[in-house]
Amino acid sequence: MRQIAIYGKGGIGKSTTTQNTVSALAEAGYKCMIVGCDPKADATRLVLHKKAQTTVMDLARERGTVEDLEIDEVLLTGFKGIRCAESGGPEPGVGCAGRGVITAINFLEENGAYESDTDFVFYDVLGDVVCGGFAMPIREGKAKEIYIVTSGEMMAMYAANNIARGILKYAQSGGVRLGGLICNSRKTDREYELISELAKRLNTQMIHFVPRDNQVQRAELRRMTVIEYSPDHPQADEYRALAKKIAENKNLVIPTPMSMDELEDLLMEFGILDSEEPAA
Amino acid sequence: MSTAIKETQKIIDEVLEAYPEKTRKARAKHLAPNDPTGECSTCKVKSNVKSRPGVMTVRGCAYAGAKGVVWGPVKDQITISHGPIGCGQYSWWARRNYYNGKTGIDTFGAMHITTDFQERDIVYGGDKGLAAALDELREVFPLARGIGILSECPVGLIGDDIEAVAKKKSEEFGIPIVPVRCEGFRGVSQSLGHHIANDTIRDFVLGKGELAESTPYDVSLIGDYNIGGDAWASRRMLEEMGLRVVAQWTGDASVNELGIAHKSKLNLIHCYRSMNYICRHMEEKYGIPWVEFNFFGPTKIYQSLRKIASYFDDRIKENAEKLIEKYKPKMDAVIEQYRPRLEGKKVMLYVGGLRPRHTIGAYEDLGMEVVASGYEFGHDDDYRRTYPEMKEGAVIMDDATLYELEEFTRRLRPDIVGSGIKEKYSYHKMGVPFRQMHSWDYSGPYHGFDGFPVFARDMDMTVNSPTWSLIRRKR
Repeated sequence: MRQIAIYGKGGIGKSTTTQNTVSALAEAGYKCMIVGCDPKADATRLVLHKKAQTTVMDLARERGTVEDLEIDEVLLTGFKGIRCAESGGPEPGVGCAGRGVITAINFLEENGAYESDTDFVFYDVLGDVVCGGFAMPIREGKAKEIYIVTSGEMMAMYAANNIARGILKYAQSGGVRLGGLICNSRKTDREYELISELAKRLNTQMIHFVPRDNQVQRAELRRMTVIEYSPDHPQADEYRALAKKIAENKNLVIPTPMSMDELEDLLMEFGILDSEEPAA
Repeated sequence: MSTAIKETQKIIDEVLEAYPEKTRKARAKHLAPNDPTGECSTCKVKSNVKSRPGVMTVRGCAYAGAKGVVWGPVKDQITISHGPIGCGQYSWWARRNYYNGKTGIDTFGAMHITTDFQERDIVYGGDKGLAAALDELREVFPLARGIGILSECPVGLIGDDIEAVAKKKSEEFGIPIVPVRCEGFRGVSQSLGHHIANDTIRDFVLGKGELAESTPYDVSLIGDYNIGGDAWASRRMLEEMGLRVVAQWTGDASVNELGIAHKSKLNLIHCYRSMNYICRHMEEKYGIPWVEFNFFGPTKIYQSLRKIASYFDDRIKENAEKLIEKYKPKMDAVIEQYRPRLEGKKVMLYVGGLRPRHTIGAYEDLGMEVVASGYEFGHDDDYRRTYPEMKEGAVIMDDATLYELEEFTRRLRPDIVGSGIKEKYSYHKMGVPFRQMHSWDYSGPYHGFDGFPVFARDMDMTVNSPTWSLIRRKR
C-alpha cells in the first residue's frame, strides 16, 4: 500500500486533480482510497457524485465521541470502487480544524479503514501546512510520498516552497519524501519552463503538466471526474498519464526549499516580475 | 562579607554541585545567603522567571492562580472551569476557603462546575457548549450573583470567543459573567493568573456594587482567602477596633463586595503578591490608600494594628491599644505554654508568595528560628520585603526544586519544614516534621488573636510528636 499526500495552495485544484488521478488509477485496476483532510469536506464530491454527508468529525459531534462511530458510516464507496472518507470539521473561524484531521485519521487507522489489499491511499489536505494537524498525513507511518499541486502564479509557487519546508522537517524526522510538482496550468507566461525550474531548485521533478481545459469544469458541474464523464476526451488522457507517472515514480527526494529572495530571483529570471513594465 | 553569609554560600555551592554546569549557573542565581542589610550585592535572588526544564518545580499555572486563588473563593458566584475536566477536578476545593451560606442555594464555593471538553469541543469550538452551560446554570442556580469563566489551556489554543458569550449572557441574565483568560501556559507560574484575575475584577465587577451608606471607618480586607477561617479572625479584630469591613476579598466574599471596595477609605492588603494589582488600581483611580499588614503572631499583630490605626482618628488608635491590651495576656499565655517546648527549634519554609515572610514573626514569637525560606512564585518586591525579616546567613530560595529542598534539609537540619502537599510526603518519608502551609494542614485559622493559639498548638504538635522518634531520620 502506498500512502500519498497532496498539498498545494488553496484553490489550486488539489481536489480536482486528486480525484481525476485516483479515478484513472482505479480505472487501471488499482484499489484506491481518498481521505479528505479539509473541513469543507469537498475532496470526494466528484467520486461520490455528491458532497459527503457523513464526515468523521460531524458524525462524532452528533454522537458525542468518535468512539461511538462505526467505520462503515464514514467510509463510502464511489466510482470504480474508490473508497472515500472526509475528516470534516468546523465552519471557518471556530474550533480547531487541525485537531479534527488528527482525530479523523486516527479513527480511520484504528478501525482498519486501510485494508491490506488497498494499493493507494490519497490524502487531500487543505491549503498550507498551517499547523501540526495538517501535517498529520505525513507523520511517521502515514504518507511517505507527497505531491504538490502548483501553477506558474507567484503565490502558488510561494505556497509550494513553503510546503517543501514543512516536508523537510518531516523528512528528517519521519522519512517522508517529495515525489514531484504537479503543474495545474493557469496559462501564465513560460509556465512549463518556470515550474520545471522550480522543481529542479526544490531537488524534485515536475511530474506532469496538466493543461487547462474547460472539460474539467463541464465534468465538475455534473459532479463527475473527466475520467468518468468523458473518458475519451484528451483531458482524461492527461490524468491517465499523471496517474501512470505516479504509479511508476521512483524519484522520491528530500526537498531543498528556497529562500524568499531566491524565489523572487527565479521569477525575475523568467520575466514574471518585470513583465508588467517594458524593459528599459 | 560576613562569616555567616560565607558559610551559607558554601552550603549552597555544595547543593549546586550535583547539577550540570548550565543548570548550576542558572540555579545559582535563585539561591542566596540572606543579608538583612541589603549591602551584599550577591545576596539577591533572581525570581519570576521560567522554571528550568529537567528539575522538578512545584509551581502551579495561571489557571491555578486565577481560579484556585483569586476567583474560586467568591462564594455567591459560580466558577466554571472551562475546558477538559482535569483542571477543575484537581483544583476542586483544595484551599479550604470557608464561607457562610447554603451551598447549592445561594453559595457555590464547594461546588465543581466544568464544561468538560470532549474532542468535538476542541474541533468545533466550545462556545456553544459554554452558552448552554450558562443557560443551565441560570436555571438550576437562580440565586447565583455572578458567573466566572476560567479558561483552561485549550480554550486559548482554539480561539474560542468566550468574551462574546459572556457579554451576551450577562446582558440576558443581568448578572456579571466574567471571562478570565487564565490559560495555564501563560506566564511562568500561578502569579500571572493572580494578575489576570485582578484585571478581570477591575474590568467586570469593581465599581458596580451597591453600598447604601458610607462611614469614615470603611475598610476593605484584600487578599485574605479565609483559609480555615483566617479572614474571619482578621475581620473580628478590625471590627473590634471600630472599623467597618465593607468588603472581604475574596475569602467568604460576595460579588457585591467585589463591586463596592472602591468605596472604602483604606485598603488593607494581606496577600500582597496576589492582589497588589487591584490595590494599586484603586489608589490610582479612586485615590484609596492601601497598607500592607501581617496578622501572624502577636508581635506582628500589634505592629499591624497600630499601623492600620494610624490612618484613622484617635478613637481608632485608642481602640487599637485597648484591643492589644485586652488580648496581650491571652497571647502571652500562649507563648508561655508553647515557647519552652519550641525554643530554639529551626524552621524551613517553602511556600507561595506571602507566607515565606509573613509567618516568620509568629515562629519567632515562639522562640523558633527560620533558617531557610523561599517562594514558589515571588517577585523581586517580595524578596525585598523578606531580606530584612530573616537572620543573616539564612538560606533564601526561589522556585526551589525538590532536590534542593531535600539537600538543604539534610544540611541545615530544620526541626520542622513548612511547605505544600507535594512536598509533605517526601518529608514524612525522610522523618522530618512537616506542616502543610498552604491550607494549614486541615487546621486553622492562623491569622489574628484567634489564630495564634491554633498556630502554636499545631507547631508544637508537629515538632514534638512522638511519631518522629519511630522513623529513622536519614542523615
